[in-house]
Amino acid sequence: MNTSAQLQKTALFEAHQKLGARLVDFGGWQMPVQYSGIIEEHKAVREAAGVFDISHMGEFFVSGAGALDFLNGLLTNDVAKLSVGQGQYTLMLNEQGGVIDDLIIYRRTEDQYFLVVNASKIDEDRAWVEKKLKLPAGKGVFFSDRSEMYSAVALQGPKALEIARAFLGAGWPEPKRNEITNYSWNCQEIFTARTGYTGEDGIEIFFKNEIAESFFFALLDAGKPFGLKPCGLGARDTLRLEACLPLNGNDLSEKRTPLAAGLGMFVSLTKSASFPGKDILLQQKSEGMKEKLVAFRLKDKGPPPRPHYLLYQGEAQVGEVTSGAPSPTLGYGIGLAYVRADCAEPGTSLELEVRGTRVPVEIIKKPFYKRPV
Amino acid sequence: MSNIPEQLRYAASHEWIKVEDDIGTVGISDHAQHELSDVVYVDLPKIGAQIAAGAVVAVVESVKAASDIYSPVSGEVVAINNELITQPEIVNRDPYGEAWLYRLKLSHPAELDVLKNAAGYKAQIGG
Repeated sequence: MNTSAQLQKTALFEAHQKLGARLVDFGGWQMPVQYSGIIEEHKAVREAAGVFDISHMGEFFVSGAGALDFLNGLLTNDVAKLSVGQGQYTLMLNEQGGVIDDLIIYRRTEDQYFLVVNASKIDEDRAWVEKKLKLPAGKGVFFSDRSEMYSAVALQGPKALEIARAFLGAGWPEPKRNEITNYSWNCQEIFTARTGYTGEDGIEIFFKNEIAESFFFALLDAGKPFGLKPCGLGARDTLRLEACLPLNGNDLSEKRTPLAAGLGMFVSLTKSASFPGKDILLQQKSEGMKEKLVAFRLKDKGPPPRPHYLLYQGEAQVGEVTSGAPSPTLGYGIGLAYVRADCAEPGTSLELEVRGTRVPVEIIKKPFYKRPV
Repeated sequence: MSNIPEQLRYAASHEWIKVEDDIGTVGISDHAQHELSDVVYVDLPKIGAQIAAGAVVAVVESVKAASDIYSPVSGEVVAINNELITQPEIVNRDPYGEAWLYRLKLSHPAELDVLKNAAGYKAQIGG
């Protein structure tokens, strides 16, 4: 009747049940979609703080004297720009320049790198990396997929850092934006990274499965006076959409390049290393884009946009929605869509087809939401 | 535990109907609103529309998804709840009262006999 027996569970599965979460299948994982309600959790993250289970995500380690060159030949961003302790957003492409996965890579020591990949792509990513390791560039490179050993939580929101300081104590080496630091909690090693997927300040904390539940509940307790709430994937999706952070499988796919997705700043076409798809990206850059990933909003209150809805200019179909939802912060429907390049300018008016009727939308400058500084 | 009023009839697809004379008032169950969670938009039928039992008659959208609402019986739509256009969240607050969706004039009242009573619906949703 249901397939929950085949679904994978994180080390926090029982914690979610104890907290009364509603669990759903997410890319083969049984994950909390919400605890108290998506809108309430979304607002907690914008106004105070929320904590998300991100244990389903994959953790890869790449090390050795050849690691830097190997990774520069695998990923789009320039890994050589990373000092020890820094991280960067980057992409792994196929030979056609399409996106296999988007990920964060951290340089943990001089020659050890830590990669955090999407849950639904762990197997595909590992197979791709292992295939590339067999090439000459893979000599002297050690790779290990430790996704099954590690759990992680994302602590996000304007109060996230205050909570982390209160919880981890004075000795905690606070990472700056995109940095990662090592620390220990109850004599167990943890990594804390100043990254996230909500548009808010915050940290992502990685630790071994053995301490996942005790860490999670202790963090929730420490955060309670600050308004910390456990948050599910429902709020994570509306938060990242307001911040215009792409979701692989929706906004990114093997059929489209990161240039079409507007992620050119995470692609180094000037680094000497050649990575899969680089030639195609160079060609695309010189010829210009035929379509672009844009942000749009409904002009009035109306039905929220959803993936696969179509966009029109007059009778011409000019685009397709890849992500869409009602924005809890803004109060109207928002979305991301690939549209014909000549319709991609902010301010352009288009029509969204919803169940046979057309509603007016406007292309806007990304993102929908930027946190106050 | 869901609220399941005794006096209503229920469709397996989680709509309720209350019939007075030949006019039926339709909404979604407490269980359904809970499963949908935060309702943010409701699409209602047009007054005068002829609806067949089991046909899609409305759409209720939560943050996550759009869900079709099926008419439990056939008939002509005679009223819609315009309050839901500006305040869709009342579906979560009062699914059996303020948040009725539409009223229809029943064309085949015998269709009511195949709907569930409160005990039957309770058994279906497991509590």
